[in-house]
Amino acid sequence: MASKHKMLALYDDFEECFKAIKAIRGGAVKGVTVDDLTVLSPVDHHGIDEALGPRPVNVQRFTLLGALFGVTFGFFFLASAQASFLVQPQGGKPVVPLPTNFVLMYEMLIFFAVWTTVLVFPVLSGLFKKRDSLYSEKLTVDHMGVIVEEVDGHNLDAMKDFFKNNKAVEIREEKI
Amino acid sequence: MSNSPHDKVLDENLKWTQINEDVIRSMQNPRKAYWISVAVCVSMFFCAILAEIYQYRMGMGTAGLNNPHMWDMYLATFVFWIGMSHAGTLLSAILHIIHAQWRKPIYRFAEAMTTFSLLTAGFFPMIHLGRIWNLYWVLPYVSDRGVWPNFRSPLSWDAFAISTYLSASALFLVIGMIPDMAVLRDHTKGWRAKVYGVLALGWRGDDRQWRNFRKTYMLMACFLIPLAVSVHSIVSSDFSMSINPGWHVTTFPPYFVAGALYSGCAAIMTLFVCLRYFFRMEDYMTLNIMEKTTKLTFAIAGVWNYLLFVEFASVWYGHSVYDKELLIAKATGDYAPVFWTMIFCSTVVPFTMAFQKLRRHMPTMFIVSLFLQLGMYTERWMIVAPTLAMSHNPHQWDILWAPVVQWAIVFGSFGWFGLLFLVFVKVFPSVSMYEVKELTLHQKEEFEEERRMREAGMFMPESATAPPLPGDEHKRPEDRVAGRPGMEGA
Repeated sequence: MASKHKMLALYDDFEECFKAIKAIRGGAVKGVTVDDLTVLSPVDHHGIDEALGPRPVNVQRFTLLGALFGVTFGFFFLASAQASFLVQPQGGKPVVPLPTNFVLMYEMLIFFAVWTTVLVFPVLSGLFKKRDSLYSEKLTVDHMGVIVEEVDGHNLDAMKDFFKNNKAVEIREEKI
Repeated sequence: MSNSPHDKVLDENLKWTQINEDVIRSMQNPRKAYWISVAVCVSMFFCAILAEIYQYRMGMGTAGLNNPHMWDMYLATFVFWIGMSHAGTLLSAILHIIHAQWRKPIYRFAEAMTTFSLLTAGFFPMIHLGRIWNLYWVLPYVSDRGVWPNFRSPLSWDAFAISTYLSASALFLVIGMIPDMAVLRDHTKGWRAKVYGVLALGWRGDDRQWRNFRKTYMLMACFLIPLAVSVHSIVSSDFSMSINPGWHVTTFPPYFVAGALYSGCAAIMTLFVCLRYFFRMEDYMTLNIMEKTTKLTFAIAGVWNYLLFVEFASVWYGHSVYDKELLIAKATGDYAPVFWTMIFCSTVVPFTMAFQKLRRHMPTMFIVSLFLQLGMYTERWMIVAPTLAMSHNPHQWDILWAPVVQWAIVFGSFGWFGLLFLVFVKVFPSVSMYEVKELTLHQKEEFEEERRMREAGMFMPESATAPPLPGDEHKRPEDRVAGRPGMEGA
């Protein structure tokens, strides 16, 4: 069985990097698809999404869940606390007054939505992982990188040649 | 947005390596003025600690607080600091959503300002309570006495709104800094690299991280805007839901929000000038950005002044004799010097920002921004103190000029805020490196597009407002372009 490799190609020209990704997307390298690629960049460049094509982002679903939880929790929290006032004379006022409770329900909606968003962000982004040995510090300066997550041993040279021909300034690889 | 080279906010040819180096250097090697400012802030804060210890031991009488003056400058200062926090939301969240590129080099310190001014504001309800050891009574917990806070009171809403705003704005600041923490991790050494490495949370800048980051940041911005509006509306409800003259005003919520943005923008101008000088940030905090910030402040000053006029008019033409007499007393009574200082600083001084030469003159704008803040502070004082001094019962009327204890604590709050802020900008980058890089990229692309259009003969500066060629008057701007000589095929 052929060995598997991981490869990083560094680019100092973003346009060349996008061209290489688009070429892989077009089937330029046999056995490697755009789904095998991860693009690293020092900035949030709009060209990355154009080159890679649509990829899912699900943070907003959790934000919605957090917001719904917040507003529901807010209502029941306030209502249950106010219900303890039942033993006290209310002077004809409602025990659970909705108009004033809306203010705090609104605050709790935002509170839980924001916290949920922040808590799921590292999970969905794959943070807290140790950086692999291929990582280059140039990626936080002005270089862009393309990682091919898995290249078959017999495809390795073809992949290297492809990146060289597509003006990568540095190519790194490791056996996985 | 920057539309043409003369309108660019910074030099698009700045090398990205240089951006990293400049920002990291700024954190290691500030001017001497930075250290002098730190020393001044520490001294101011120390004054407040001494005053608070004295007030704690001797009682609230040392601050002159008693009926009818149970709030006075402490609450005015609380409202002032809450107001200051709104500028960060404006620059960060609102301008982020509308894609205003010029905010990028300066939003980071505005966000920090939001968090630290909220932390400062949070002290004042505690300080003015007197019995600080009972502070936990405001928290909604099931106590053995079966007593809950009154959720129908705006004072209770304050506790929820401010703690939500504080946590949300702090998280917004922290999340926004993650890519820069990775830069610092990779380009610093020793203990700094270790600390930044932890704060970077393993960021490597891959497409999945950027996609989630973009969405997360946008979602948080969307939540922060209504939150900021609700916070200051709720603070205004502390006053407007009472029946006291001068406070029972329908327009108070928008008036407070506009005032908050106004004082916050003025504070951004002050800090802009300071940071630009302390950290030699002339290439990033440019005159063009200063000009845009002052224009924004001028516009907000207009809104605030309109709402101030509406407040005065509604009192003047209303039928409440108490409200009208209070307004007259503010303008002609004991508080008149403070009232007219407010009018001068908040209504007259902003007109200096109408002149381009002055807008681009840093020392002038620094002084103007201090005057604006003085105006907004006196405005908060003029909301709180005169109503307490001259409420419905004449036998209770009493003018209070704050004793030295109150002044020391108020003064010290500026030292505390300044200290937090100065430490922050020394330890963390005050300029967002990745966003400045994006800005240079964006400007380059924009100018390249403009150059291409110019070469093709399609570029028309300010095309929508440019005078049409003879015979083109009836055509739409885009048709005028296509129909120009030599553009038949366009």
